[in-house]
Amino acid sequence: MKSAGKILRYQLRDVIRGRWILAYTLLFLLATDVLFRFGGSGDRVVLSLMNVVLLLVPLVSIIFGTMYLYQAREFIVMLLAQPVDRTSLFLGLYAGMALPLSGGYVIGVGLPFLWHAGGGVGPALGMLLLVGVLLTCAFTALAFLVSLLFEDRAKGFGVAVLVWLLAAVVYDGLVLLVVTTLWRYPLEQPLLVLTMLNPIDLGRVLLLLQFDIAALMGYTGAVFQRFFGTLLGLTVAFGALALWTTLPFFLGIRRFRLKDF
Amino acid sequence: MTSPERFPSAPPEAHDTPHLVASTASIVEVSDLAKSFGDLTVLDGVSTAFGVGRITAVVGPNAAGKSTLIKAILGLVRPDRGRIIVNGHVVSQDWDYRRGIGYMPQASHFPENLTGREVLSMLKHLRGPSAELDEELLDAFVLGPELGKQIRTLSGGTRQKLNAVIAFLFRPPLLILDEPTAGLDPVASGIIKNKIFRSRESGVSILLTSHIMSEIEQLADSVVFLHEGRVQFDGPRMDLRRLTGQQDVERAIAALMQGGLS
Repeated sequence: MKSAGKILRYQLRDVIRGRWILAYTLLFLLATDVLFRFGGSGDRVVLSLMNVVLLLVPLVSIIFGTMYLYQAREFIVMLLAQPVDRTSLFLGLYAGMALPLSGGYVIGVGLPFLWHAGGGVGPALGMLLLVGVLLTCAFTALAFLVSLLFEDRAKGFGVAVLVWLLAAVVYDGLVLLVVTTLWRYPLEQPLLVLTMLNPIDLGRVLLLLQFDIAALMGYTGAVFQRFFGTLLGLTVAFGALALWTTLPFFLGIRRFRLKDF
Repeated sequence: MTSPERFPSAPPEAHDTPHLVASTASIVEVSDLAKSFGDLTVLDGVSTAFGVGRITAVVGPNAAGKSTLIKAILGLVRPDRGRIIVNGHVVSQDWDYRRGIGYMPQASHFPENLTGREVLSMLKHLRGPSAELDEELLDAFVLGPELGKQIRTLSGGTRQKLNAVIAFLFRPPLLILDEPTAGLDPVASGIIKNKIFRSRESGVSILLTSHIMSEIEQLADSVVFLHEGRVQFDGPRMDLRRLTGQQDVERAIAALMQGGLS
């Protein structure tokens, strides 16, 4: 385990010096700042940022995560020839990716709030940052899993993009299809479960509940409000979102430990 | 390690030669090693041993299983069957035995944005406090001025030199060098070869692969010839020539690959 920290230290240095993490941070910085300049108040900026965050954070995390692990392949071989255990190496590599991505996101979104709203936004901004970080962790873990499962890089990238498409776009379409087909039946409970199964949907629900607009979603919205609004609902939602990090993470570790390099 | 020479049609007197490899202590013992990737059998019951303080060359045509054998010794590839003992440690889940190995891969990618010095200090950190480091190659290659630059600005040859420095740095009792001179200029490969000889003099065991036969002629004490995942010859280099009736290693290997003796 001691090795994990040592590996992390150097991986962090490598990733932070790379230009793309700076570009990622600047992107959020610019987007947030522009939204403020167009006359948004704190809450409205959070709402406008929500969809950007829900699409972009998973996409960037899974693409960069996959790319990073493929690129590190030869270096992983080099490190595994040292007296280092595989679990430590995996931990070091994962943290070396998830930390800078989360940090870049929090700084990029957080800083403009500091200088425009003076941090006086409270829970909505807190939830936006938290959801973004959790999605980063989940999709980085998924990226590592994908890159360990597919030896062929082109195939791996394809699968990574597919996973993102599925979670970000296709899944909602399918849910909508189910809802319109089965409109005669009471769907609130199944819909609640379906939402739990997709990390991006979970993030969206958690964010929307910070605003009064949940009421606009009709009866389903009310059911969601009633469930996710409670402490139990909130705990379950965060638990499910955390599961989206831990499950691929531990599957990834298992794969990493057994893999032939 | 039963018979060092597993060559089907070897003349009887070949078996009377002193089994040098078998009689000395061995640093690596491989017994009945097998590995398949899907339908492809890469190693098919490989047994051999590498003597202490000797330079052993693993040779064979492409896809003969050389890399897989090396990777199995390093614990990078998990064998389907068989056992490997390195310096008294059985290679399995245990990873600390790698402290005693210096590995020079054929090609390596270091983190692009780190400097050479940072890569070296990362490895030093990972190994923990060690006795005096061997920085002889660092000086011989005049790498000093290059160490401050980020890896992505270094040429392939310079990276390969850094790779060599790392293999020798911790004075390991076993060196595994995968094509150590590939991509290096004649001066640099001369430096490495000298270093290999001097390491052997100080008792280091060396395992190397090369496709340059003259290099094997120059360097190797013993040769292990792999073909289609099996050991076809295993013994002192001199025996290889005698056995095949060929003048040099290159022709001897060619004769082995054609499966005949002259």
